[in-house]
Amino acid sequence: MTLITMLWGTLLDILPIAAIIFGFQYLVIRKPVKHLPQVMAGFLMVWVGLSFFLVGLEQALFPMGELMANQLTHHDFLPSLTEGAKRHWSDYYWVYLFAFAIGASTTIAEPSLIAVSLKAGEISGGTINPLMLRIAVALGMAFGITLGTWRIVMGWPLQWFVLVAYLLVIIQTLRSPRSIIPLAFDSGGVTTSTITVPIIAALGLGLAAEIPGRSPVMDGFGMIALACLFPIITVMGYAQIAQWQAKRQRRANVSTALNSKLLGKGDHDAL
Amino acid sequence: MDLVVSLARQLKDSLRDLAPVVLVIAFFQLVVIRQPLPDTLALLDLVLGLIFVVVGLTLFIKGLELGLFPLGENLARAFVKKGSVSWLLTFAFALGFGSTVAEPALIAIADRAADVVAQGGLISQSTNAQASFAFALRMVVAVSVGAAVMVGVVRILKGWPLHLIIIAGYVLVLLLTLLAPAEMVGIAYDSGGVTTSTITVPLVTALGVGLATAIKGRSPMLDGFGLIALASVMPIIFVLLFGIMGIHLIPGAAS
Repeated sequence: MTLITMLWGTLLDILPIAAIIFGFQYLVIRKPVKHLPQVMAGFLMVWVGLSFFLVGLEQALFPMGELMANQLTHHDFLPSLTEGAKRHWSDYYWVYLFAFAIGASTTIAEPSLIAVSLKAGEISGGTINPLMLRIAVALGMAFGITLGTWRIVMGWPLQWFVLVAYLLVIIQTLRSPRSIIPLAFDSGGVTTSTITVPIIAALGLGLAAEIPGRSPVMDGFGMIALACLFPIITVMGYAQIAQWQAKRQRRANVSTALNSKLLGKGDHDAL
Repeated sequence: MDLVVSLARQLKDSLRDLAPVVLVIAFFQLVVIRQPLPDTLALLDLVLGLIFVVVGLTLFIKGLELGLFPLGENLARAFVKKGSVSWLLTFAFALGFGSTVAEPALIAIADRAADVVAQGGLISQSTNAQASFAFALRMVVAVSVGAAVMVGVVRILKGWPLHLIIIAGYVLVLLLTLLAPAEMVGIAYDSGGVTTSTITVPLVTALGVGLATAIKGRSPMLDGFGLIALASVMPIIFVLLFGIMGIHLIPGAAS
């Protein structure tokens, strides 16, 4: 039953886009689509696949995420307090660990990130490893979410964090190989879609509701913004490391080539 | 036959991708929290749900490779050959607007945002005012994504460096943050992340890469990416501006 409603819902999501694409293809470009049966099969698979995926999320991952957010922030679970003492931010260490782990693991499984990293691997001709790229994004995302939970616990304004993150992004931009910059900026936006947003939102809301002095409606926002910024920084970092390694590799190759040349010369002399 | 083999390979990849999520949750449930599952969550439902996720992910990715990717790239190439910039820009706007306006995550967050803003006293508490605020917010975000994709396409055509545009965007965001009502800041920052959905991202990436491949002198790596980056900065600027200037125009706004 849920599957049918979901199929209908995703159909409504996909239809405007399909209408735009086919509309422009037939009304403006006025050329038939190449491999039409294959393209239609692809659309059908996207539709059915997305519906199954979303139903699965609602059945399994979302309720689980919400349940765990509640369990981890519940006062029975946290270390006990002496009467009248204020809770220290480090009491929430399981929350930070969970935020980090869930951020990294959901990002690795994110379909749109997989799509973009495949594209990037294809274009770069092997310099970029899609799996490594996804790991870099996942680490950035995990760090961003963890920072977001910490911000809610501390109650500091979001603007400070965003300002610092922006500065880091700008510094990294000036130091990274130019070809990675657009991809890095894109990977920030890619991370936060279907799987991640609801689980993070549940975690933020649970946390803000449980901590005295935080309002769930006001402080629940802002996690997504931070989760978007840090992948930019880590992807540029990955590019810098990859570039450095390639340089070292090249230097190593040059020196072995030099050695064999010397050896060759020695052999010649011996003869 | 080929399709079956590639589907099977994709299925294996999907399983590998999902394993970390399952492991994290299982670890926290069994080792850290150590509480029985509530009655509302049956283990069978969870397992069934996970199977759905794996199958759905597999079909979705394979479908993108077969359908959306080639179609998007061909369309981009056809537009370049046609040489009509105005049609290309119209298409770019339509794509951005069309894929955002129906985005479920945006609809959800707009409703929650209306609630926050009403509590903050920017608009009246009535359902009517909240509904019209949520609708206006969705429209603002959708228009901003359309505009972002358009700017991104102009950038690819002109070959402007992306980081200068993004940094200028950041500066604008920070300046507008100082002026915007406090309740709007968090919403604005988050709306940047929400817009880039599972359908939008592959499609917009295909458009950018296709354009950069088809135009002489553009590298797909350097110029093809960057549309999504713009689509996640532009909504922040538009929503902040909306918070500063547009909010008074909504029926039920507090004077």
